[in-house]
Amino acid sequence: MTTAIALTIGFIILGPFIGGLLEGMDRVVCARMQGRQGPPVLQPFYDIYKLFNKQSILVNNIQDLLVCGFLVFVVFSGVLFFMGEDILLVFFALTLAEIFMVMSSASANSPYSSMGAQRELVQAMTYEPMLLLTAIGFYIAAESFRVDDIARTDIPAIVYLPGIFLGYVFILTIKFRKSPFDLSTSHHAHQEMVRGLTTELSGNILALVEVAEWYETVLLLGVIGLFFVNGTWWGLVLALVGILVSFFFETFVDNVFPRVHWDTMVKSTWMFTLIAGGINLFILVLIR
Amino acid sequence: MKISKSPWIIHYDGSSCNGCDIEVLDSLMPKYDLERFGVVNTGNPKHADIFLVTGGINAQNKPVVQQIYSQMPFPKVVVAVGICACNGGIFKECYNILGGVDKAIPVDIYVPGCAARPEAIIDGVMKAVALLDKKREEMKKEAKEN
Repeated sequence: MTTAIALTIGFIILGPFIGGLLEGMDRVVCARMQGRQGPPVLQPFYDIYKLFNKQSILVNNIQDLLVCGFLVFVVFSGVLFFMGEDILLVFFALTLAEIFMVMSSASANSPYSSMGAQRELVQAMTYEPMLLLTAIGFYIAAESFRVDDIARTDIPAIVYLPGIFLGYVFILTIKFRKSPFDLSTSHHAHQEMVRGLTTELSGNILALVEVAEWYETVLLLGVIGLFFVNGTWWGLVLALVGILVSFFFETFVDNVFPRVHWDTMVKSTWMFTLIAGGINLFILVLIR
Repeated sequence: MKISKSPWIIHYDGSSCNGCDIEVLDSLMPKYDLERFGVVNTGNPKHADIFLVTGGINAQNKPVVQQIYSQMPFPKVVVAVGICACNGGIFKECYNILGGVDKAIPVDIYVPGCAARPEAIIDGVMKAVALLDKKREEMKKEAKEN
């Protein structure tokens, strides 16, 4: 219980710093892959500081409230996860947070913003089956939906769930807004709908979105870690290596693949979910 | 910490030969890599701090430039890149050209050249960045006085 509370407090306080550092590393690695020097590792924090110091233009009076809802529910789902609660609840709370973000951009009277919102919904529809399969896979492997039970099994979940792990890494590309699937908004300049989801957000409201995304990054990478931990010290080392390798892989994919059309995204992701996740689950049910 | 550590750019090409336009993109490419100063090409006026304009102003793009400028949140800096953006350049005498960018919006930094070299553009952006800090201070003072 003390570990859970320590982890939760650590998540609430250190979450944005870890998320920001990861984004900084991502930008440097990304630049090196393109043969550039790249920004300093602390660049995301400079950006946040800048955004908090800018004038904030509100286009309506519900937008900021909805963005705050996004932040609160992302933190809430992270707290549930690190407290060792039900993993299904974590994913549901995360989806609710996403809906807040979608509503915030749909509330703005701008075609770019509402198109970003629509695409975000398509993205949610695309990754949601795999998220649920991940939760079900954990349940069959550890016979419990609770995160603390899953983290304490003798054999790491990855042994039972290699296919589901690959499927999860696949949808992580959508969640992290990386290149083939960065339809609703992109961290790069080459976004065809101005900025999509965040077009109408500026100043400190945009900064809140960034902070929420850093929390989300930590939470999603925590789920990657959950595949590897088994209550021993080498399980933790394995989890850390797994997290770093998956994160590097996402950066790599970001630089290798061009953005795809939305129906290609839906088809390929669902196909991969069905093949990797479905077959994995089927075999698991047979052998357990 | 200074806000100048994270200058985000929006780039608009007015009535020009596109030479400066290409040079602006060139300064974001691996060789000159403006991103090492934290510069991001946003393409969204609501996220931008620095407005880079290349090319002159004509009757058609004047409202566009003014619109982009008005959508940018304070503090903001305008950089006119290339001689056409400074005063109309080679197109100055044309019937449709009103002149440089300062005919439409207040310009802070002028970067001459035809086409402006990436080194000159980077220099201009760095001057704009210094100005951003100054404007932020002024903003703070005004907020205190009110």
